[in-house]
Amino acid sequence: MTNFYNEILTDHNMHPVHKHELSCCTCSRDGINPSCGDEITLNLNVENGVITDGSFTGSGCAVSQASADIMLDLVIGKSVEDAKHLHELFVKMIHGDACPAEIDELEEAGALADISHMPARVKCALLGWRTMAEMVG
Amino acid sequence: MSEHDYKRDFPVFEKYPDIAYLDNSATTQKPQAVIDAVSRYYREENANPLRGLYELAVKATDAYENARIAVRDFIGAASEREIIFTRNASESLNLIAYSWGRANIRENDEILVTISEHHSNFLPWQILANEKRAKLKFLKCSETGEYTAEALKKALTPRTKLFAIAQISNVFGRVNPIKEFAEICRANGTLIVCDGAQSVPHIPVDVRELGVDFLAFSGHKMLAPMGIGVLYGREELLEEMPPFLYGGEMIEFVTLCGATFAELPHKFEAGTVNAGGAVGLHAAIDYINAIGFNEIERRENELTKLLVTEMQQVPHINIVGSHDPDEHHGIVTFTIDDVHPHDIAAIFDESGVCIRAGHHCAQPLHKYLGVQSTVRASVAFYNDENDVRRFMDCLKTIRRRMGYSD
Repeated sequence: MTNFYNEILTDHNMHPVHKHELSCCTCSRDGINPSCGDEITLNLNVENGVITDGSFTGSGCAVSQASADIMLDLVIGKSVEDAKHLHELFVKMIHGDACPAEIDELEEAGALADISHMPARVKCALLGWRTMAEMVG
Repeated sequence: MSEHDYKRDFPVFEKYPDIAYLDNSATTQKPQAVIDAVSRYYREENANPLRGLYELAVKATDAYENARIAVRDFIGAASEREIIFTRNASESLNLIAYSWGRANIRENDEILVTISEHHSNFLPWQILANEKRAKLKFLKCSETGEYTAEALKKALTPRTKLFAIAQISNVFGRVNPIKEFAEICRANGTLIVCDGAQSVPHIPVDVRELGVDFLAFSGHKMLAPMGIGVLYGREELLEEMPPFLYGGEMIEFVTLCGATFAELPHKFEAGTVNAGGAVGLHAAIDYINAIGFNEIERRENELTKLLVTEMQQVPHINIVGSHDPDEHHGIVTFTIDDVHPHDIAAIFDESGVCIRAGHHCAQPLHKYLGVQSTVRASVAFYNDENDVRRFMDCLKTIRRRMGYSD
């Protein structure tokens, strides 16, 4: 049926690189999934239209935590426009509409593609991405 | 465990022979006998009950009212006038809060609710208390989910008008001493509202033996269709209560400036009723009676014991409530160290094991216990050792699946 608890996901869940406080960030925002109790605070440092640094704190299921960590890996160093584009691709993938080339573009985030078969978990995977899109949108 | 394979009575297991269905506290599967009874009603007896003056309508009325008599006998009520059909336990409890509550609760009155109540037996009282500026108070339990008579006596005051408590908590699975609590409440002039959603399907319940003023339960948790539930209320209380919903077939006489209302129980059943659901509930009661609670309890207790004792052997598993399997009545709620309940549920799902994850509509209890959410496995008599084995085999792999070494 589903196989999204792969090594990429479990590794990012157990050893998140970006899960820490971020002093002097330019913006931060809370993202919450009330029905699951997933909650994160996303911090971004945006300078001249480029995401120069980012972090998150909070708690939730492995899908929500790993997805936020993978997202930060991807978007740090990229322009806000590129981050918005990746968000669009990620949403597309999570709804099962992305082609293989688009999933490739998402790099490690592509490891979450199987979540499109688990409607109940879609919002967990999207939490970090949605919060980022709200911040830069 | 048994000579009889009850799963054969349930068509869903023919369609999905490989699932281990352990979410019976959420809803049970339906036996062929119930499905057939509902089908027969719509094929052979359907008309609008209580209204038509022709033979088919009389058949429909009889089918509906016979179901009420079956419920009366099933819970030991004195009269069928005390049995109100609703959609589910939630609606039954709301009916009490809206009808009895709004007519009887005044400013500074107190309503006592246990900390482990399902939101259905919690929110109607919270809303009522806020609206009437009454005081909502909470009875707290021990870590094992136990409520004591001493604590109840201490919590009751001369202003406590009502005490709301589940007979079996949907998180702990522990049976509360309702009979003893009802006596304490009566002596204090406090009404007792009992949520029987998790008890009526699994243990014999007799409202007069228990001495409760109200009992609410759902059909769908006891093999019947969704959308049919029951409110039992003592007749003298129901007589005094105003209608809850207004509309068709709950009136005696209507003029342009007023109305008088139908007698019990129809006063509380406005609009066209769920006769098919009631017939299904009747068939479910017949099916349960044919098996008998001795057999049902024996099987469910054996399975619960197997579950609890096996789970206690696995490291990093924390069972919520008592360590004694006899205090769980088919309900085993737990957490696994470092693994979020939604991830646990997803991994069980991959193995075809159906369990529930979340707060089980008991958020105040989770907060009180200091956990965000939990996982719950719940058995019914038609489960077997193989279901428990499937559950255990998967449970043991979960931490490793999530990347932990043990």
